[in-house]
Amino acid sequence: MRPLALIAVAAAMCSACAAEPLAPVAAPTRASFDPSLIAKGAQLAAIGNCRVCHTAEGGKSFAGGRPIETPFGTFYGTNITPDPDTGIGGWSEQAFVRALREGIDRDGRHLYPAFPYEYYTRLTDEDIHALYAYIATREAVHAQNRPHELRAPFNIRALVATWKAIYFERAPFRPDPARDAQWNRGAYLVNGLGHCGACHTPRGALGAEKKDRPFSGGIAEGWHGPALDARSPAPVPWTAEQLFKYLRTGLDDVHAIAAGPMDPVVRNLARAPEEDVRAMAAYLEALAGPPSAERRKKADAALAQAKAGSRANGRGAEIYAGTCAACHDRGREAGSGGALPLGLGTAMTIPTSSNLLRITLEGIAPPEGQPGRAMPGFADALTDGQVKDLAAYIRSEFGRAPAWPDVEQELRKIREERK
Amino acid sequence: MNPRGAQGMNRRGFIARSGALVVSFSLLPRLAGAQAGKLPGSLSKEPMLDAWIRVGADGRITVFTGKAELGQGIKTALVQVAAEELVVEPSRIELVTADTARTPDEQYTAGSQSMQESGTAILHAAAQARVLLAELAAKRLGIPAEQLSIRDGAVNRVAYSELVAGQELHVRAQPQSPLRDPAARTVMGKPLARVDIPAKLTGQPVYVQDLRLPGMVHARVLRPPSYGARLKVLDSAAAAAMPGVLKVVRDGSFVALVAEREYQAVTAARALAAAAQWDEQAKLPDSKEIYALLPKLPSQNTVIHENGKSATGAGMIEAEYRRPYQMHASIGPSCAVALYRDEALTVWTHGQGVYPLRGAIAEMTGLPAERVRCIHMEGAGCYGHNGADDAAADAALLARALPGRAVRVQWMREDEHSWEPYGPAMLSKARGRVSADGTVEDFQYELWSNTHSTRPGPAGSLAAAWQLEKPFAPPPPRPIPQPTGGGDRNAIPLYKFANSRVVHHFVSEMPLRVSALRALGAYMNIFSIESFMDELAAAARADPVEFRLRHLQDPRAQAVVRTAAERFGWQAWKKQPGRGRGFGFARYKNLAAYTAVACEVEVDRDSGRVRVRRVVAANDSGDIVNPDGIVNQIEGGIVQSTSWTLHEAVAFDRQRITSRDWGGYPILRFPDLPESVEVHLVNRPGQPFLGTGEAAQGPTAGALGNAIADATGTRLRELPLTPARIRQALGA
Amino acid sequence: MISLDVNGKTQELDADPATPLLYVLRDYLQLNGAKFGCGLGQCGACTVLVDGRAVFSCVTPISTLAGRRITTLEGLGTPEKPGRVQRAFIAEQAAQCGYCIPGMIMQAQALLERTPHPTSGEIRKHMSGNLCRCGTHMRILRAVERAAREP
Repeated sequence: MRPLALIAVAAAMCSACAAEPLAPVAAPTRASFDPSLIAKGAQLAAIGNCRVCHTAEGGKSFAGGRPIETPFGTFYGTNITPDPDTGIGGWSEQAFVRALREGIDRDGRHLYPAFPYEYYTRLTDEDIHALYAYIATREAVHAQNRPHELRAPFNIRALVATWKAIYFERAPFRPDPARDAQWNRGAYLVNGLGHCGACHTPRGALGAEKKDRPFSGGIAEGWHGPALDARSPAPVPWTAEQLFKYLRTGLDDVHAIAAGPMDPVVRNLARAPEEDVRAMAAYLEALAGPPSAERRKKADAALAQAKAGSRANGRGAEIYAGTCAACHDRGREAGSGGALPLGLGTAMTIPTSSNLLRITLEGIAPPEGQPGRAMPGFADALTDGQVKDLAAYIRSEFGRAPAWPDVEQELRKIREERK
Repeated sequence: MNPRGAQGMNRRGFIARSGALVVSFSLLPRLAGAQAGKLPGSLSKEPMLDAWIRVGADGRITVFTGKAELGQGIKTALVQVAAEELVVEPSRIELVTADTARTPDEQYTAGSQSMQESGTAILHAAAQARVLLAELAAKRLGIPAEQLSIRDGAVNRVAYSELVAGQELHVRAQPQSPLRDPAARTVMGKPLARVDIPAKLTGQPVYVQDLRLPGMVHARVLRPPSYGARLKVLDSAAAAAMPGVLKVVRDGSFVALVAEREYQAVTAARALAAAAQWDEQAKLPDSKEIYALLPKLPSQNTVIHENGKSATGAGMIEAEYRRPYQMHASIGPSCAVALYRDEALTVWTHGQGVYPLRGAIAEMTGLPAERVRCIHMEGAGCYGHNGADDAAADAALLARALPGRAVRVQWMREDEHSWEPYGPAMLSKARGRVSADGTVEDFQYELWSNTHSTRPGPAGSLAAAWQLEKPFAPPPPRPIPQPTGGGDRNAIPLYKFANSRVVHHFVSEMPLRVSALRALGAYMNIFSIESFMDELAAAARADPVEFRLRHLQDPRAQAVVRTAAERFGWQAWKKQPGRGRGFGFARYKNLAAYTAVACEVEVDRDSGRVRVRRVVAANDSGDIVNPDGIVNQIEGGIVQSTSWTLHEAVAFDRQRITSRDWGGYPILRFPDLPESVEVHLVNRPGQPFLGTGEAAQGPTAGALGNAIADATGTRLRELPLTPARIRQALGA
Repeated sequence: MISLDVNGKTQELDADPATPLLYVLRDYLQLNGAKFGCGLGQCGACTVLVDGRAVFSCVTPISTLAGRRITTLEGLGTPEKPGRVQRAFIAEQAAQCGYCIPGMIMQAQALLERTPHPTSGEIRKHMSGNLCRCGTHMRILRAVERAAREP
């Protein structure tokens, strides 16, 4: 409780620390922007994944309304279309820049770091300029923002000032002269626009990044974002080429399909410039470092098992044999009907059962109306007991690791969400 | 080759065995003297009344049709037709469909011709049978026929079964019939509930997939991984030893496995597939280059329409339209059961043409056609030539390999997706000009397409036959002549233009397996022409509906256009940001039903997603037999076409088809459904029946394309109109 | 031997425990409602209820069904006495080829047992796992709404 007490005191002292409101402006017209600037902004927004948080399921693009679950309560993405009444149509470019760099809205209020300005603060001026051109020229939609539903004391917006004072580092991106241009581009995108650390870096009780362990694994909306550094749990270590393919298409031959929150990320990256995605892949490969001899041995074993198929007895094995083996023992084929041998999937090797359980219960659906791979969900087909037996079997047989301690509670969480 | 004598002998022989009494009966005075003229509908091919209508001693009336129920409601409609003219309750009628041993040969149930061919035949046969029965009663009761009262299957309370007991309606039909007054109808034109629906919805064994015969065994065929692949190595020992496996059958590259239980067949077939090595030879084109390829392939070029003098030169509007390979994608993959016993082969199949299929199977197996019987049992909707005939061929081969045992072949999902013949990729180009008075002065249209029919036919049309040790080669494709057309179906607009010219480039080389998909070329040609009409209308600064009316002379065409527009509220419609409206019209084949479609869409510029808000259609199918049946077909056609138009394209790499399941070939799901669909019918009692089943697909595509153009200000011409294409066309 | 409760009757089955329920229903028990559409859990033609929840029987092995309540189309009603949802579908003539409809009926039954008065949006979302190729969707929605109105 000590950090909270500290914050409460600081808040009382800091209540006047909000910034100046900026006057509303008339929404700029499309004609006032160079089309190539708007196009550049579109590509940057694809990397920044703006649409995902700011669009409700089945709703109009950027019109807000999407719930974002966090340990502090539910945030609702805001309407960032140029509607003057309910969106950001009255925001000048200055207001837009301030929001991305400093996390402050036009009225001068602090924005919750659910909006990842701690990453966007690293953006260059030109990139923010292009993003503004893009965002300001979307189709205006009249849609009131839904108030966030946060637990006390996180519903006291003024406390964000204190959080920022302690945790928010306003630092521009600094390229590393010892590295090449591609690595630096990748570093800039991954640590800035891509805000990958939001899901892949662990956070403390108040939601701040653990800066001593970047990319060593995090969580987002119930899913585990695996470690991207040397602690990577991927059975087969990622090469830059594999990462590029995965980020671009959601699919690589010896890794699992992009699932959960990664699915919209890769769909958006499909619209980003190819060389930018390559740069991100190169940076991420370097981040993990060359695989150790032990890791390479494990990878060979996983690939060999993928060819041989599964064997073993027990309740979980029986469930696997009847429910999963028909597709997963076959290996991926050009069409479907065959799916990734589970020994190659990260969901089996990470420290938590959350990802495996979510995929097992929800399945994998191709993006609406587009071709892709499909897996049915088994939420209603399997009882809780069967799910636990199956998860235990899969963890031991394919994860080749000690049993997960959190199956019961993760399963309960997922069942609650589905109600 | 279907020797009519053999057919007739089959059926008459069958009748003799079944016990219905048969005696010749000479023509009565009323119908005496052969009237001149062609017999209506399929009576021209099968003129004997008792081939269509039979009255049993037990009072049951049996009606025979060579057509098949595909889910289009034809069983019900034909029952209504017969019930009306025979003046009986529909429940008294038993309808026998497509069976080479029992029914007339009406070739395929295709092209939306069932009402025109079979409905017309039954209408007239029933009417003439009624008259014969009246004359019989007149003779027996000594009352003039005109004074008799016909009600409820009886003449002056003398039941039909009493009148024909010992006699036969074995007389030739006449060209004219005293049809009942449409105004006095009690069954035709009325909404009769579909006779087949209750059984389907309560789990009765209706489908060929439900057929279970004593001792029946289950088979799975290994389809090659790509076109033309030859089996190099097959190590079947492990699979053959698996539980329940009875036999591994191999003939050249045709391999199948037969087991006692169905799941045993499934698992053993997987093991067998893993133990098979194929020599793959297919070289498929780059799917992104197919439209550049089509005009380069050799083609037979025909001017199918010319009016006035079309010009070249500047100032013309030009547009190119594209349509990819698309799938039937039946929900139920193809299935068949066959039994070879006493040197006779019986095949239960959901193929659309039991007689042509019989011929193909006879040729493939070397059996004489009289020893092959094909019986239609329903399958899932086929929407044209899908894998049904091939599954029948598979079953026939396996039945021969296990004489005396009924063999059931079920295609897997991947089999159906990869091996069914697709609707061909098509390219079209339109050029035109409007004159100062706002009418089209010149309209030129040309299209490139493969054949739209590779139906059996000969054995060489069957996929199994390609794999045999002594394979049958596919026959050279031939175009279907106008006015019906294949790829060129509806390529000639119904509109009247000052000058016009239409050219059909028939491309014989088929990179992918293709055949008839519902509406054939009409879907794409109507999409192209209706899109182009809007482009011309824009050049004339005219309202799209008004522009179409300007060029239509057929009053029935004008009526559906007006009805759809009025019901949609076309005049009063106000444009809102992101929303657009569009119109599409065609007369299917310029011979069958008239359909006009108006729709409103909403397009999200950033995601490119299209939401169809409202669709309003008007349809004229001539004399309406079952109004709800028509509404069902038009509604269904609108939704199906929405799926084709916004989502569907077969994916393939340089060797294989890669759309092998629903994930790889997504079709419309409930969340993509239009918010509302309305269908308004224009009834023409007394007019000929007009085929409805394929009438909505083309106009819907036109309406959607035009609505998206209206919503976004950008014209898209390549099907399907996906979010990615819309985003690309709109830019950031 | 595996014991299954199908439509309230206990069935003893001498089948491989890995056999998907669909094949057992059709091949062993001669029940026609659940249909083979894809075998991959992608189309819903095989939908049955297990403990009142809609499940794709083509990817559900019988080994996981001991002690659970399986309901098929045949368990909802008979041709002489169709059940509430079946009646609604027949009344709306919600079928063209009809092949997907049993799966739709089961899916709708599962929905109505949990949500007796679903909105149109809820129905569309709930039914999204089931495919129809004939384009009967509008009638299917009307049939579900009609069934919801019946007591």
